[in-house]
Amino acid sequence: MERQLYTISIYTENNIGLLTRISTVFLKRHYNIESLNVSATEIDNVHRFTIVTFISTDEAVKLITQLEKQIEVIKAYYHKEDEVIYHQTSLFKIKSNLLFEEKEIQNIIKHSSSRIVTINKEFFAIEKSGREQEIKELYDQLLPYGIMQFVKSGRVSVSKTEMEITKLLKSIKN
Amino acid sequence: MEKLEVLEKKEVKKETISGAEAVVKCLLNEGIDLVYGYPGGAIMPVYDEFYKRKDEFTHIMTRHEQGAIHAAQGMARATGNVGVVIATSGPGATNLVTGIADAQIDSTPLVCITGQVGAHLLGTDAFQETDIISISTPVTKWNYQITDAKEIPEVLAKAFYIAKSGRPGVVLIDITKNAQFDKLDFEYKKCNHIRSYVPVPKYDLSKIKEAAELINNAKKPFIIMGQGVILAKAEQYFKEFIEKTGIPTSQTALGLSGLETNHRLNVGMVGMHGHYAPNKKTNECDVLIAIGMRFDDRVTGNLSKYATQAKVIHLDIDPAEISKNVKADVGVLGDIKETLPLLTDYVKAKEHKVWLQQFKDLYKEEYKEVIKDQLSPSKKGLTMGESLEAINKYTKGDAIIVSDVGQHQMFACRYAKFNKTRSNITSGGLGTMGFALPAAIGAKVGMPNREVVAVIGDGGYQMTIQELGTIFQHKMAVKIVVLNNSFLGMVRQWQELFFDKRYASTEMVNPDFQTIAKGYDIACNKVSKREDLDKSVKAMLDHDGAYFLEIIIEKEDNVFPMVPTGASVSDIRLK
Repeated sequence: MERQLYTISIYTENNIGLLTRISTVFLKRHYNIESLNVSATEIDNVHRFTIVTFISTDEAVKLITQLEKQIEVIKAYYHKEDEVIYHQTSLFKIKSNLLFEEKEIQNIIKHSSSRIVTINKEFFAIEKSGREQEIKELYDQLLPYGIMQFVKSGRVSVSKTEMEITKLLKSIKN
Repeated sequence: MEKLEVLEKKEVKKETISGAEAVVKCLLNEGIDLVYGYPGGAIMPVYDEFYKRKDEFTHIMTRHEQGAIHAAQGMARATGNVGVVIATSGPGATNLVTGIADAQIDSTPLVCITGQVGAHLLGTDAFQETDIISISTPVTKWNYQITDAKEIPEVLAKAFYIAKSGRPGVVLIDITKNAQFDKLDFEYKKCNHIRSYVPVPKYDLSKIKEAAELINNAKKPFIIMGQGVILAKAEQYFKEFIEKTGIPTSQTALGLSGLETNHRLNVGMVGMHGHYAPNKKTNECDVLIAIGMRFDDRVTGNLSKYATQAKVIHLDIDPAEISKNVKADVGVLGDIKETLPLLTDYVKAKEHKVWLQQFKDLYKEEYKEVIKDQLSPSKKGLTMGESLEAINKYTKGDAIIVSDVGQHQMFACRYAKFNKTRSNITSGGLGTMGFALPAAIGAKVGMPNREVVAVIGDGGYQMTIQELGTIFQHKMAVKIVVLNNSFLGMVRQWQELFFDKRYASTEMVNPDFQTIAKGYDIACNKVSKREDLDKSVKAMLDHDGAYFLEIIIEKEDNVFPMVPTGASVSDIRLK
């Protein structure tokens, strides 16, 4: 079956060691994790892992059941690319002198909808949020000028349809 | 309400005790008064509590942690209760890993307690420090590291609840040494709910009706029964279901003994070395009903050619098993103890005489080609089949047979007779050589009034042979039968069939097993002649206490039938 990018959203308890447990579910099936983000959610004491992986639909269905089998996983969901709204954020650290010596850099920043978050004598930092491709484009444009550091976050996403986690937790309590 | 709870809490008198004492009190609260284990530095405070409570608590010291965990598995499998094993940090913990993986894949309820270096030393590569939490994560149902004594009661309550509820499995609790020494106000409450954990999914009645409809309209229905029936303690419901529907019933290796061997609808074992008829008929039936089993590759052979003609009904407690390997047309989730009686209500009473007769006819073929030559061999040397038959003759099918892994295991599964449930204890999923001797110890401790016969090959026997010391020290009446063909027989069989008889590292030069048994003061005998077989088996079973019987087996005998790897189950070979 054809593989594609899936965004896996896993709602969990906030416990030590859960990252290892979840990643072993991927490792056991030899699925690479393309991107990973762990954060708090709209629900107290519930955390969310957002993992992007390249798998088939059949594999995604089975992956969810294996993830939900883990004791501290409350619920897991899978979504195709067109079923989620997603973003990544990135930071570029660049030498400050380039901002004055290479005028084009200012245009690049302006046209890429990125913003300068800090500037000092040695370096300045640009923050760019968006889809993978937009970040990649900015990276390609800045690369010839020299990038001191570049870092990109894992994907964060919200699904277009509802993930009924709050309702589920309420029903468990009752 | 809240006020009331506060009042109630005040009434419970809390006592201040050490973490180590709390561990023992938790175990006693869970009804555990016997554990297997091996002491060591990081678990010494708990062992000190065992010592103080010698009168109410038994600790069985094995000769290796692997022996301890297999013994706990044997006990859990024989009794249906949670097995408990305890070990120290570092090598003590890592020596458990094979047993943990074995128990987890065979859904055996275990709680493993390991000592750990003090919390202040974690991550410093301290003496006997190992990250057993990370190591055991992929092979446990749940694990947790306790660094604070106060956590002990709640975490252990959770451990027992998780290990035994739903699909059973292994829980490992790692306790740092400081948490064993530190004091806590002890109060124990059993756990019966974890918000993120649904042990038994709610059944859907419409699925049960859908399944009943398929069964009622089936012309050639066929059942595969797995260990799930035994784990659910639903053997009686299962029998009522098959007797009403008249459907031919096979078992997986782990499902064996859940239905008595001689039941009129029992058509034997499926799988790579299973019986001829159920394998053949898998690819002929119109409705395949899988109950508490997981379509392991050793059961299905080539998946793309497996039962493709059949509608598949799958009853299981674990949602991850439905359509994992074989797509279920109707998946019935839930506890079989609840779903099976409902299904029985909705199915029509039927007989499938002609269809059942076809199984019996194929059995006759298998008997002629395979079984007859095992039971009445033309060869001079003894066969594994006739050895098992001799055991049957005197145990009458009432014994617990604990088998190891390899040819003898398949012979035990194929030839041993079972009258009672929980009588076939073997390492199924993981295929752990060395399992049987310690598992037999656990089975005997758990079921002291039943005859326990360990059937082991000469290879596997030597993987945990040190446990003879445990049998010796604790005077355990385990009967040990080693089927000795001086080969790693199963691997040799594959080398013969698929590697042009290149016997790479499978021939064994064995020690004198009799001398070894004598060293442990275990009564023993060796038999190599057909005329001596029956009486030596009888002498073993008549003996009061442990007994070691070595049966010298024809060297290059094979297990048949066989579904070669990659072949379809219906291409099962009789020779």
